[in-house]
Amino acid sequence: MADVSLAALAAQVFTGLVLGGIFVLLAIGLSLIFGLMTVVNFSHGALYMLGAYFGYVLMTRTGSFTVALILAPVLVGVFGLLVERFLIRPLYGRSPDDPLLLTFGLSLVIVETARLIWGKIGLPLDPPAALAGAVNLGFTYFPTYRLFVIAVTAVVLLALWLFLEKTNVGLLIRAASRDPLMVRALGFDVGRVWFIVFGIGTGLAGLAGILAGPMRGAYAEMGVTIIIESFVVVVVGGMGSLLGAVISGLLIGQVVSLTTFFAPQLAEIVVFIFMAVILLLRPSGLFGEAGLLE
Amino acid sequence: MQRRTFLTSATVGAATLAFPGILRAQSKDPIRIGFPLPLTGPFAAIAGDMKQGAELGVDELNAKGGILGRKVELLVRDDQLKPQVGAQRTQELIEKEGCQFIVGGLAAHVQMAINEQTKKAKVLFISTSQSDEITAKPDASPITFHEALNPTITSRVVGKWVMENLGKKWWIVYADYAWGKQNNAVLTEVNKKMGGTILGSTPYPLGSAEFSAHLPKIQAAKPEVLMAVTPGADDIAFLKQVKSFGMQNQMKIAKPLHWISVAKQGGPELYQDVYGGINFYWELQDSIPEAKKYVESFQKKFGIPPGDYGVYAYSAVLEVARGSELAKSTDAEKVAAALHKSPQYNHFKGKQYWRACDNKSIQDMWIVKGRGPGKTKGDWGLLEIVSRVPASEEYDRTCAEKGHTA
Repeated sequence: MADVSLAALAAQVFTGLVLGGIFVLLAIGLSLIFGLMTVVNFSHGALYMLGAYFGYVLMTRTGSFTVALILAPVLVGVFGLLVERFLIRPLYGRSPDDPLLLTFGLSLVIVETARLIWGKIGLPLDPPAALAGAVNLGFTYFPTYRLFVIAVTAVVLLALWLFLEKTNVGLLIRAASRDPLMVRALGFDVGRVWFIVFGIGTGLAGLAGILAGPMRGAYAEMGVTIIIESFVVVVVGGMGSLLGAVISGLLIGQVVSLTTFFAPQLAEIVVFIFMAVILLLRPSGLFGEAGLLE
Repeated sequence: MQRRTFLTSATVGAATLAFPGILRAQSKDPIRIGFPLPLTGPFAAIAGDMKQGAELGVDELNAKGGILGRKVELLVRDDQLKPQVGAQRTQELIEKEGCQFIVGGLAAHVQMAINEQTKKAKVLFISTSQSDEITAKPDASPITFHEALNPTITSRVVGKWVMENLGKKWWIVYADYAWGKQNNAVLTEVNKKMGGTILGSTPYPLGSAEFSAHLPKIQAAKPEVLMAVTPGADDIAFLKQVKSFGMQNQMKIAKPLHWISVAKQGGPELYQDVYGGINFYWELQDSIPEAKKYVESFQKKFGIPPGDYGVYAYSAVLEVARGSELAKSTDAEKVAAALHKSPQYNHFKGKQYWRACDNKSIQDMWIVKGRGPGKTKGDWGLLEIVSRVPASEEYDRTCAEKGHTA
């Protein structure tokens, strides 16, 4: 392990960027939903998986990756809206444990249903021909599709930021997250804001799924481990903080990637060590405000 | 007498006259074979093939009147690739369902858990998946038989062939659990013994779908051969990512084992020129009569050619029957003694035998490689046989090395 070339290290950073991008998309949805509704959405991993499978179905039906990339997150988002309307809404006002248990149960149901529909064996998803293969970055060959994932993540984050900062709905979402009671007193329907936010959050999980599909394939259990890592990202970033989710997602992507480079044996647990250290130094995460769960 | 009762007894009466043998077989309690398998998770494809192999075996037995004149029942349970679940399912199969035999398991670590239960309950167990420990002390037992190959045999055979034919500078990527670690150790040993170099070896957690973080380093190290100890669904994700980094043009890719069910899932493009060992491949029917018979009946029943692990299950079920018939009993020790007394059998790929000291099945294996798109034979003819490696005890560890005195 003596010859650590700069080129290999740079390639490693790029790899970490892709890992981080997927984490960010998942964590931002989780964080958005939690920050606003104090709902810990355990079905997020299952929705990520649905994104990949919906993408597969759309791709085989229409033959177009672009259609799949746009429609799969929308479909997952719509599914999320139904979940909010019929399952989560009746639980508002009760302890945060109730929706947590409900979404946990829901995730089991979704995974089993996926197994019933698409089989216990995973399905292969291929990147579109234009994005197959590798590009020469000068210092290494890097898969074109992964560069595309970095680009899509960046665009989506920018769009989300503009939406939250520059539109009236975005303003309302930010206000409702800071003080739902006051927003309600001003005559706005906070329930409607929650509804929209749940749709956006789950749609982002679907987007992460369809983006990850061509790299990792679609299989029923694909959300099981990544949901835990995404929670770690949210906790490290600070529960409910969007900026925190972005920074901590990218950070953890690099931590995993670089640990795999230097000490592959540690790659699996390093995420948790990192979380423990951060929580010791900053108990409410990098950008968290204390007391959200109280 | 009601009409239904009358019809039933009339039919039974008629059947007794027509097929006395079958009815006698069914008049006693059936013999039950319990079969824990990871039907869900990364090994689902291979497990599906094993379930079918076992079903075919049981069908054939019942068509011939069962075992000892008793009908045979197969009870398949999902062990979820978790040792504690495997142990629990096995215990239930034995205690609640009254299984006389346990066959199955498809992961070294789950097999150990199953084996603990069968040893405790004194039930004969024929293991159908790779493991070095299961035939070595302290895990070995006189009533545990091992039908599958093991990492030592597989990696010694494949490692030697790769050294002689593909290159001597290797990088090994292996799944971080019993089977992966054993293969890594044996491959490393073979490589060193034959004067090669291991540029690096990287463990990853079994069931991973993301390997990209491992790849730039390997690419930079420029090995001649990339050894992929990546079982089941991991294999597809791994090869896909290796190819997306363009690495198939920079190095040869080899693996201790090919699985046709996994290769089919990944497709010919992914598996083109990927080398590996295999215990059985359906195209062997061209040269081996027993293979032809097995492939044909499998194809007839399931509409697809059989895979490589289903044969283990098929053969193990038939060995349970052969042992019981020879012993005239289902008692584990008596059946084991009978199998020791006549250790040779031949169910699907030519002669095999149980080695006396450790109950290991000694058998042939083959080196194969992926044919690539446009060159496959039908949907399932993805692999090409490169070389046959005849059965030899020398590829396994010796009885003494495994801690057996005999």
